[in-house]
Amino acid sequence: MTEWTALTLGKKIQAGEISAVEATKATLERIKNLEPTLNSFITVEEESALKQAEEVQKKITAGELTGPLAGVPAALKDNLCTEGIRTTCGSRILQNFIPTYTASAVRNLQRAGAILLGKTNMDEFAMGSSTETSYYGPTKNPRNTAYVPGGSSGGSCAAVAAEECFYALGSDTGGSVRQPSAFCGVTGLKPTYGTVSRYGLIAYGSSLEQIGPIARDVADCAAILEAIASHDKKDSTSVKRRDYDFTSALAEDIKGMKIGVLTDYFGSGLDPQVKTAVLKAAETLRDCGALVEEVKLNLTDYAIPAYYVIASAEASSNLARFDGVKYGYRAPEYEGLHSMYKRTRTEGFGTEVKRRIMLGSFVLSQGYYDAYYLKALRARALIKQEFDKAFEKYDIILGPTAPTTAPKLGESLRDPMKMYLGDIYTISANLAGLPAISLPCGKDSKGLPIGLQLMGNCFEEKKLLRAAYTFERANAASITEKGDRDDRRPVYGSAVPERSSL
Amino acid sequence: MRHQITDETISQLENLAKLELSPEEREQAKKDMGEMLHYIDRLNELDTTGTEPMSHVFPINNVFREDIVEQENNREAILKNAPAQRDGSFQVPKTLE
Repeated sequence: MTEWTALTLGKKIQAGEISAVEATKATLERIKNLEPTLNSFITVEEESALKQAEEVQKKITAGELTGPLAGVPAALKDNLCTEGIRTTCGSRILQNFIPTYTASAVRNLQRAGAILLGKTNMDEFAMGSSTETSYYGPTKNPRNTAYVPGGSSGGSCAAVAAEECFYALGSDTGGSVRQPSAFCGVTGLKPTYGTVSRYGLIAYGSSLEQIGPIARDVADCAAILEAIASHDKKDSTSVKRRDYDFTSALAEDIKGMKIGVLTDYFGSGLDPQVKTAVLKAAETLRDCGALVEEVKLNLTDYAIPAYYVIASAEASSNLARFDGVKYGYRAPEYEGLHSMYKRTRTEGFGTEVKRRIMLGSFVLSQGYYDAYYLKALRARALIKQEFDKAFEKYDIILGPTAPTTAPKLGESLRDPMKMYLGDIYTISANLAGLPAISLPCGKDSKGLPIGLQLMGNCFEEKKLLRAAYTFERANAASITEKGDRDDRRPVYGSAVPERSSL
Repeated sequence: MRHQITDETISQLENLAKLELSPEEREQAKKDMGEMLHYIDRLNELDTTGTEPMSHVFPINNVFREDIVEQENNREAILKNAPAQRDGSFQVPKTLE
């Protein structure tokens, strides 16, 4: 049962074939067995999950909850505030933080009847691409436990891949939903900026980030987005959209759709096996009736430097609130107020977070503000204009999600610059506010999943979902034809118990 | 490398960011920041004359609402998160000598 999609489970619950309580128990059992190996979760709320399941099941039986996700167990990235449930952001500084309110996106899920299992592991304050900067230890990739799950939403993606939940929420500031989705072989969507309220999302790069769904397939992502998206007066950057009916776009029909293969993303640094798989995916879309041609943008090389200036600047400002006064960690020893601030933050934050706060403070400081911060914002405007132009001609822009498959545990921490460069294909969508999805399109010779990234124009999630859905169907059909086993199921390293014993 | 980050710059940033790095961390920070800034300098290849800085992808306008008081009475829950509290308030080290 745990391998079903969220929508399949939702349907069976509505049909009375299985109860929300049974589904929740099965998932909790799997969490219990796998967590010692994977560490996808920082906090598991077993008791609360079972209680929610009983209450939701009652409402389903009474006909009060009829939505497609009612009764389906889900997990939340630990930077989403949950009232009464510890929310750490992967950091020591928030190790005892119990929010007094729930993020709007999570409230929306609760209204849809979700069963919330717990909070997933992440890079500290979402700064990292491997989930190794977490204060709570690294998460391992369920496809092979010698490898990282990607990041920063690595815990959410690993939990979905390992069937520890039916779907999860993540957040994407520079690729943090899409890249770990690619590494774990699941499907993850970053919506258009402003589509999902950020109220209750612990801020890192406010002008870049969006909460997004992580699931087993495109249809689940569409249904979850439909549930979480809302215009929210508590987030002044949230947008009132014309359409919220994302599931209506799920049709296998891309005849005449114009897809640009972004040649900038196929240059040096791209693993040849990733390249082959992604180009094959472009061919599949052509076979489905899309007009596929190459497109070149000139400014993608500037996305990473612009991003790291902007994200670090916003981070240094956003993280100023962690001062050891209102919540979280306070250093035990200090001499006076300023010493208390300094010791608290020095002991409470990890290396990567401090590195970005320092860089952000630098680019915002007197004498450097114009040369670095404003320059990066101008570069951002030019990058956005380039994408606007490209979308005048194309419906979808296609490329890889990441230059390689998942690296081995420990590799990313050694060379931060290399880790930053790994975000090269995902960052532009954040700078330009575009919706983008990562979905599995093959595996490399080590058996690690490869992610295909599709980007759409702002507010064109429906086109994006339709293209992704069409590819997913065509790809699944070709796998079945060749007689290969369904490669969406996780393959665990030797340290993880076999399925039959679970 | 063109960027020599000085000890003075690091000290200044530590004050701005309210951080206190160890001697090893300071050396690492100098190296890391130098490398990052060197990489970021490639933005100077871009001619941005006449381009407005874009702090936000969509035009941001003031969001107005009626000025209606909404009381949330959860002082107890909020104070529970404080590292130190006294008489219903956050307790902090002495701020004035």
